[in-house]
This record gives sequence, structure tokens and C-alpha cells, in this order.
Amino acid sequence: MAVQTGPATVRVVLPYPLYTLAQCAAELTLHVPRPVTLTRVIDALEAAHPRLAGAVRDRATGRRRPLVRFYACQRDLSNLDPGDDLPDAVAEGREPLLVVGAIAGG
Amino acid sequence: MPRIRVLVGTRKGAFILTSDAGRRDWAVAGPFFGGWEIFHMAGSPADPDRLYASQSSGWFGQVIQRSDDGGLSWNPVGNDFAYTGSPGTHLYYDGTDRPWAFKRVWHLEPSPSDPDTVYAGVEDAALFRSTDGGATWQELPALREQQGAKWMPGAGGMCLHTILLDPTDPQRLYVAISAAGAFRSDDGGASWRPINRGLHSQYIPDPEAEVGHCVHRIAMHPARPGTLFMQKHWDVMRSDDAGDSWFEVSGNLPSDFGFAMAVHAHEPDTVYVVPIQSDAEHYPPEGRLRVYRSRQGGQAWDALTEGLPQQHCYVNVLRDAMAVDTLPECGVYFGTTGGQVYVSADAGDHWQAIVRDLPAVLSVSVQTLS
Repeated sequence: MAVQTGPATVRVVLPYPLYTLAQCAAELTLHVPRPVTLTRVIDALEAAHPRLAGAVRDRATGRRRPLVRFYACQRDLSNLDPGDDLPDAVAEGREPLLVVGAIAGG
Repeated sequence: MPRIRVLVGTRKGAFILTSDAGRRDWAVAGPFFGGWEIFHMAGSPADPDRLYASQSSGWFGQVIQRSDDGGLSWNPVGNDFAYTGSPGTHLYYDGTDRPWAFKRVWHLEPSPSDPDTVYAGVEDAALFRSTDGGATWQELPALREQQGAKWMPGAGGMCLHTILLDPTDPQRLYVAISAAGAFRSDDGGASWRPINRGLHSQYIPDPEAEVGHCVHRIAMHPARPGTLFMQKHWDVMRSDDAGDSWFEVSGNLPSDFGFAMAVHAHEPDTVYVVPIQSDAEHYPPEGRLRVYRSRQGGQAWDALTEGLPQQHCYVNVLRDAMAVDTLPECGVYFGTTGGQVYVSADAGDHWQAIVRDLPAVLSVSVQTLS
């Protein structure tokens, strides 16, 4: 199998408050440098949609906002080290990375 | 023909209420930013079509929105509120030291002369300023040098909720913080001093400490900026020396606990408060929603009830949810946690509900448009 060298094409699905804030589609296609990590996906997301800067991760600390979750491939990736590789299915665009507002507030 | 525009921030979006000078028939627009908390909206006195809104969410953080057409359209501007240098720590409820961390913008105060200059009071308590229409924000860090390590959050968070700009002296600013107290700068924010002498707060270890008082609101009349009125956690206070000393003017109020406060647009000694039962019972005494007005700068207060519910009313009126217009017959406005926004077109004598079923109202500000 050929080694992929160019940017990966990653699908990201945003929740309603974020795609309305960014005035974009709910599902986006982003070009992300390899290896594909959460940090690189969010970097690409914020570069493409600057209105989302600070909405997914804290501006000061760079950490995921506590009530934002990341799901893909039926797995909760929220606590994955943001520098670790995302699953191949996400990096290859077969499965989207879901950005989810946590169920909270009763 | 003058018009009135009322900017209402709620738990689930923003609303804009407009009327002619009669203030009887209102158009309601919104929700804007539906689902988001709108802590405050404010219009620029220098350009009334320039509006700012603080939009926030426990999930997705802070957004600052700006409109250049009186609220018809909005665009996000800068939301990077970075404390200057290493911000250090403040006290937390449990007595531990916590690093300063930005959470949200409570209050926006546009400059009276420049539409692009606006101040933001934030949680954790600090004052920021933008001079480019909200695109970028810079902290005025000397404020937190006023014993900031001793500041502790109030129950609603450690918020800088009140910003007053002296219209006669561009170098003079006042701010109030829960639960640190009131502070004044006489040099445009380069340096600050606590102005809490005369406050007495039994809920802190030293009731007369220099900082640590839970100030809920400060109000000023633009024609007499050296006189300040304060609604404290308990006690309604007054200062006639720009905050250097305070004395109590609670007088005959049924409760001197409360949040909101406003001064009549044309009568510097006419002050409005909404008494709340207690810090444990955030609703009007006896279930009767009453605005109290003093025409002599405090101490003697009259209940204003005409048109307000006088039974079974258990709403609150939050600190930023009362304002006045500047029409010749001063209009007074306030919003409740029950979603009502009330107006009085005759300085408080008679009230009517503009809307009754909005989400909980966090803030009300008023523009008088020519």
C-alpha cells in the first residue's frame, strides 16, 4: 500500500451552536497535515473558521473545553492525548470526527 | 422624532425592543444568538448603531458580537482575553489559591466619545479595553495589583460587573467586583485604588476590610459624577466624594439586599432600587414586585407598584437589568429572571410589561435615539 504523504482529508461534524456561529455547513472537510492528531485537526478547523477560535479549546491553555467531547468510530476520544494519532478511519476520511456538546445541565 | 431601543440579554439569547417616544407600543426582535447566554449588550453613545454584545456558553466559551447597523446584522469580533503577564492567583471559596482564568465577559462599556473604544469587565475579575472595535483586547493589569491575591469569588463568580466612565474626566474610571469591592482610577486605568471606606460587611472576617466587600452595583448621574450610589450585598450606600467614603442610605427600604440600581436621567438625587428579600431568598419581599424610588438621594424611599405584580411574584432582578432612557419624561426599565421586561414612561409612577415570557433576563440597556 502506498504511503500517503500529502495532507489528509478529514471530515469533521460540528454541533448546531458551532456551525451557526461559524456560518458553515455542519459537516466540514479539512485538509490536515499528517500524522493526523486532534491538535492538527483543531488547528485546521480554527484556520478555516476563525470564529471558532476559543470555542472548542481554551485559548489560554490550549486544552479541550470541559464540556466539549470528541467522538469517532463509536469511541470517545475526548481524553486522547491531543498529540496522539487519530484512528486511521478518521485520518483517511472514512469516518468523521464528531465535535459534541456534552449532555450537561439536567 | 426620538425613538427608544432596549437591548435585552437573556439566558438563551438577545432581544431588541423598539418604540417611539410614547413607549406604549413595542416591536420585539429576536432571539439573536439563540441558545447562548447574553450577559450584556451596549450601544456606543458616539455612534448609536454600533452595538456590542457579550455572548457566552458553558460549553463553547466567549464570543463578542458587534453590530454596525443598530442590531440588524452582527459579526463576531475578538474573543482573546489574555491576562497580562503571569496572572498569579486569587483566593477560592475553600481558601486555596487559584490561578486567574478567564471565563466570560459580564459587562461591556463603550466609550462616550469613540465607537471603537470599549471596556469589558470579565470573570475572573479584570478589566480589558479594546480600541479597535473589539478586534483585540488588552488588560489594564494594575487593577489586580490592588490585593488581587486576596479577592474571592461571590456566589455568582468573581466578576467585574460594573464599569463607570466619568463623562467630565476621561482619566477617571470606576469598577466594581464581586467579591472584592469598588475601585477607582484617576489616570485612565494605569493605577487604581480601593474605594471601600465606610462599607461594613459582616460576612467577611474584617467587616471593614479595604477589599473583600461584595458590591453588587454602582450607579452615577453623569451631571454629578462625584456622587455614587451602591447596592451592596446588604446595604444601599452613597458617596459624595468619588468613593473615598461611603455612608448608608438604606433608610426605610423593606430589605436593603438587592442587585439592580439606576439613577434618573435628569434628577441626580432620584435613585431606583429593587429590594430583594435576602441573600438566601432571591425574590421580592412578600412576593410583591416593587421598585423603590428616593427623590432625595437615598434614606427616604417610596414604593412604586402601579402595574407591577403585587402577589405571588418570586422573580429576581439582576444587577445589570435596570436602566433609564433620556427622554424629557425619564423612562425606567428593568427585566426579571421570570422573563418580563417592564417599562415606566413616567419615572416609575406607572409600569407596563413590554414582554412577559422571555428567558431569564440578565441585562437591560437602553438607547435614546434621535
